[in-house]
Amino acid sequence: MADKQLLLGDEAVALGALHAGLSGVYAYPGTPSTEITEYIQAHPLAAEGAVHSDWTCNEKTAMEGALGMSYAGKRALVCMKHVGMNVCMDAFMGSAMTGANGGLVVTACDDPSMHSSQNEQDSRFLGTFAMIPVFEPSDQQEAYDMTRAAFDYSESKGIPVLMRLTTRMAHSRAVVNPGDVRDQNQMHLPEHPRRWVTLPANARVRNRELIADNATFEEDACRSQFNWLSDGKDHSLGIVACGIAYNYLMENFPEGCPYPVLKVSQYPFPCRLANELASMSGKILVLEEGQPLIEKRMRGVFPTAVEIHGRLDGTVVRDGELTPDEVRKALGLEAHPAYPASQVVVPRPPALCQGCGHRDFYTALNNVLKKDYPTAQVFSDIGCYTLGYMAPLHAIDTCVEMGSSFTMAQGAAYSGVWPSVAVLGDSTFTHSGMTGLLDAVNAKANVVLCISDNLTTGMTGGQDSAGTGRIEAICEGLGVERAHIRTIVPLPKNYPDMEKVIREEIEYEGVSVIISRRECIQTLRRHAKK
Amino acid sequence: MKEDIILAGVGGQGILSIATVIGSAALSQGLYLKQAEVHGMSQRGGDVQSHMRISSDPIHSDLIPKGCADLIVSLEPMEALRYLPYLSREGWIITNTVPFKNIPNYPEMSAIEAELGRLPHVIALDVDAIAAEMHSPRSANMVLLGATAAVLDILDADLLREGIRRIFSRKGEAIVETNLQAFEAGIRFAQNLK
Repeated sequence: MADKQLLLGDEAVALGALHAGLSGVYAYPGTPSTEITEYIQAHPLAAEGAVHSDWTCNEKTAMEGALGMSYAGKRALVCMKHVGMNVCMDAFMGSAMTGANGGLVVTACDDPSMHSSQNEQDSRFLGTFAMIPVFEPSDQQEAYDMTRAAFDYSESKGIPVLMRLTTRMAHSRAVVNPGDVRDQNQMHLPEHPRRWVTLPANARVRNRELIADNATFEEDACRSQFNWLSDGKDHSLGIVACGIAYNYLMENFPEGCPYPVLKVSQYPFPCRLANELASMSGKILVLEEGQPLIEKRMRGVFPTAVEIHGRLDGTVVRDGELTPDEVRKALGLEAHPAYPASQVVVPRPPALCQGCGHRDFYTALNNVLKKDYPTAQVFSDIGCYTLGYMAPLHAIDTCVEMGSSFTMAQGAAYSGVWPSVAVLGDSTFTHSGMTGLLDAVNAKANVVLCISDNLTTGMTGGQDSAGTGRIEAICEGLGVERAHIRTIVPLPKNYPDMEKVIREEIEYEGVSVIISRRECIQTLRRHAKK
Repeated sequence: MKEDIILAGVGGQGILSIATVIGSAALSQGLYLKQAEVHGMSQRGGDVQSHMRISSDPIHSDLIPKGCADLIVSLEPMEALRYLPYLSREGWIITNTVPFKNIPNYPEMSAIEAELGRLPHVIALDVDAIAAEMHSPRSANMVLLGATAAVLDILDADLLREGIRRIFSRKGEAIVETNLQAFEAGIRFAQNLK
């Protein structure tokens, strides 16, 4: 038995996975999920057991690598932020059809209130969609315990498990009591080889099995140690509290909750327990972090005898992260006396670091475009350089999802936008930009595609970037003409040279790639200290 | 017994090293602890905060409810005021007085000082200058922690000293000593105010 440890929710998942006999973590960095993989990379058990922990190019290759490990009978963990689920959905849906051989746990970290994200999607929907069980811990100890349980469940039921965390769980520390360390599995091939070839004839059979299995999964959720129905002395209200919402509920009742409560951390939603709750109270409040998944399901379309309250009727704030204060309001309790917000305080938005190469690249780009090409549009992407949108740079016009800059620029160019410029980072390029570059080459698009290469995955804290040292070779290999792959060094003293290159490539009719390369100053500082 | 602390500052100032020392001290006493941190985009020069809860009983919420924080500990004066709605009526603000101006519309210092002046329990000190006097400009955080120790009830100063030793020991004895001296300077400043 190891000592008590102070762990982030992310780290509790990581340690739970290592102790469950993990053979590999497959992940692409993304806030708030990054620390899971980083913890495993730094842990002695990973070195001792040769646990695979290299970053992958993107979430799809991560999910597939892990599925291959599960096929071979070993235990694999996949980690990503919520929007990474969109990237790996094809493989994730496929994994429901193949099932798992070695335990397979997919961890999606959602970001309600969009602290560091572009949307608020709730990954629990994807479990329902794929007919895959979802585990949603309510605290750090449960994050540890449930990760271990998820590997057991996955292996015993032959199904991947989706572990859902939210920012507050991922990035909050608490004391965790770890358990014993279990050995990794030996390699062993699947018992049901037909499942792994999803030809229609096999997939139809498997689909019916999966539908039948879901009845079992739901009954398992009703009996799960992580779900419970507790009675209360006051039946004027019943409460469904999912995941971390349970903590906010209990925070408001230090002496214990007076109402019956259904605490839910394991899905499919335990409908039998919900019916028991409804037999205790005709009025139910649903507290769930994220979108109103359970509330909508309970509410249905037609009038019911049970009143349902939650985000949809405004009892709970419709969007954003839950807080103890929001839950307090939903419970009809009086707010604690508090000072009003200070009128002196002004917002302090994040910004590109002083001395950052993205800044110098944008400055040179602005010098050219604002002066001589007022019709130019700049399609950008996901990374630190998205902050080029902010004052005083105002350097970009779009940011949608990973890789979209290179492809949107082509659609816009075809529609008459000129100059059509795209900017993404080196890690985003290898994540989802390379295929778009091949499209551009094949279509002979008239675009200037810029890779602001800082030799790292910067936004998430400086993880290895998949294409470092090979960006020019990749572009050339994809068919960009050597003469139009231009490399510049973004520094104020180089502005004249940089601007000349940008101008020349705008004037060239065809695919140009400009690689603006200087190391991230955060990783540079770290390297200097070593 | 329970103490709720909001640690505040600007991304990159290093509020988490303060949290790490307090956390280590709390853990050594077998206390319950929850500490919600900010990672990701906001760390790039934006406002950052950490909700730190320490208790002899289990803690439910990772976030401190509004009106319930016993302390706001801030490395930057405007950032101290940002979290005012979280401060309990009896709560303390311990803040650095040196502004971090990375925005064009930073308010007048006189307005910030006036607002701090209207609050009943404030310890305001120039931790940068005190750290520089101690010839350890990079230990400004520990000066602030020292000032905090003067009003922190749940952990006494010796436990925090041990925490500093544990956290900085792998960087060598000289770094430990520098940080301890900075910590003592913070304690002295706060005690002279009392």
